[in-house]
Amino acid sequence: MASPSYREITINGLWKNNPALVQLLGLCPLLGVSNSAVNALGLALASALVLICSNTAVSLVRGVVNTAVRLPAFVMIIAALTTCIELLMQAFTYELYQILGIFIPLITTNCVILGRADGFAAKHDPARAAYDGLVMGLGFGIVLVMIGALRELLGTGAVLANMHLLFGPMAVNWQLTLIPEYKGFLLAILPPGAFIVLGLLIACKNRVDEVLAERAKAQQVEVPVLSRRVRVTGVIE
Amino acid sequence: MALPRITSPHAKGNNRTQQVMLQVLLAAVPGILAVTWLFGIGTLFNLLWASLCALGFEAAILALRKRPVAFFLKDYSVLVTAVLLALALPPYAPWWLTVVATGFAVILGKQLYGGLGQNPFNPAMLGYVVVLVSFPVEMTSWPAPHAVGMLEGLQQILGIANLPDGWAQATALDALKVNKSLTIDELWTQNPAFGRFGGAGSEAVNLAFLAGGLYLLHKRLFTWHAPVGMLAALALMSLLFWNGSGSDSHGSPLFHLLTGATMLGAFFIVTDPVSGATSNLGRLIFGIGVGLLVYVIRAWGGYPDAVAFAVLLMNLAAPTIDYYTRPRTYGHRKPTRGFKLGE
Repeated sequence: MASPSYREITINGLWKNNPALVQLLGLCPLLGVSNSAVNALGLALASALVLICSNTAVSLVRGVVNTAVRLPAFVMIIAALTTCIELLMQAFTYELYQILGIFIPLITTNCVILGRADGFAAKHDPARAAYDGLVMGLGFGIVLVMIGALRELLGTGAVLANMHLLFGPMAVNWQLTLIPEYKGFLLAILPPGAFIVLGLLIACKNRVDEVLAERAKAQQVEVPVLSRRVRVTGVIE
Repeated sequence: MALPRITSPHAKGNNRTQQVMLQVLLAAVPGILAVTWLFGIGTLFNLLWASLCALGFEAAILALRKRPVAFFLKDYSVLVTAVLLALALPPYAPWWLTVVATGFAVILGKQLYGGLGQNPFNPAMLGYVVVLVSFPVEMTSWPAPHAVGMLEGLQQILGIANLPDGWAQATALDALKVNKSLTIDELWTQNPAFGRFGGAGSEAVNLAFLAGGLYLLHKRLFTWHAPVGMLAALALMSLLFWNGSGSDSHGSPLFHLLTGATMLGAFFIVTDPVSGATSNLGRLIFGIGVGLLVYVIRAWGGYPDAVAFAVLLMNLAAPTIDYYTRPRTYGHRKPTRGFKLGE
């Protein structure tokens, strides 16, 4: 199989094959922790880190792992990396660690990570695998943070609250109250809000794709059909 | 003389969607009048505002979906949704609450599923539950009967000025739910929310909706199965768990039948042909399920009234009910139900 170019990998991860909007993988953390921007960002960073490391590691061992036992081997690698991340978060962002709770160990079972390990990293060189991990992690993270921020905005009228849980004391005042005296649309923060916001985002993405396809079609220069008449004699001027 | 050639059918049925919806709106008039008599002009304003919003949302989404706008607006189904929703909302709910509720009902509850006839949930109840879950304070402020004047009520709805404190009071179902110490007789004499059998004034509202519902039944817009199933199940449950007059009593059967949204639910919500069950037996089961759930949530659940939640839960169950109550096709044996081994 020919190795894809870095450009292709980028487009795939961020848009064409976006893990959250197109593949719909990793929905459990995507819907579970996206009730505020800080939670979403915390989990997005953790998932992306695990994804980059696991893709690199899987790519490095791809020659020595037997095909029959590859999935258990990959899961072991991912679980080990997740444990590292979990301990790191416990050490440096303890409050966020407590808020995210079960969703950090659950990174192990995030389908995006195992999917990329088996679908991409096991077939390509470490540099490409690491880059794919970065881009897929970014694609997943951007959607996660977008859903988180939208739900936070709809639910409380403000975004970026409690950012100090992730960035330390300098981020205490980062909260932006966009709508003062907002009543709080509670449904957005409750689980149904996650499904509705994700559905609307997917609809937006599909609509953008449709418009792009229409535009590309309109720009296509129509090649005039040449005359099929068979010329028998002479030159017509 | 040339006779015009017209193909059959020659007798035109009177059951077009528009006719049906107009009949339902007509049947809701006694209930609307009763609610307006009880709570003042707020209800009428809500009705008007909800209808305008719903028509606007429906037209906008139809245009986005590239469907004929005028054709679908003229079937009046969205007006029925708006009216039922406005009747369910508290009379002096702020204007934006009505916008959010109708928006969710029409856009997410109806049009996103594909419009009239495609929605698995009752749109009005979906809109109601969305705002009930999201804005509990506004949604539980029911005014005391005859307490709010026209001008101050309008100001409250538009958010210009707030009504003086104490305009809202706990409804009868609320009061019964939080009651811990008083016996039923004491509660009835001390709390102004209670009338003769049910909530004060709420009895009249329920009787008015019952009258409208009986008119619809007489016109054969729906069969008796769903409403009777619901009312019977509710009455039976409240009879079984009626603990006389002790302070832990959940209220008499008559109280449950004539308080809250019982009659509105039984004749205008449960009878929804789209989101309910299809066969007669299915409708009966659907109604019984709603009645049971209404009582269970009223007596032991977290909310004082439960028609909306009960209807939505049974909407979820409606396809399963349909699957197991498929009627026998003429000329065929009884259908085998469920999965057979080895299939």
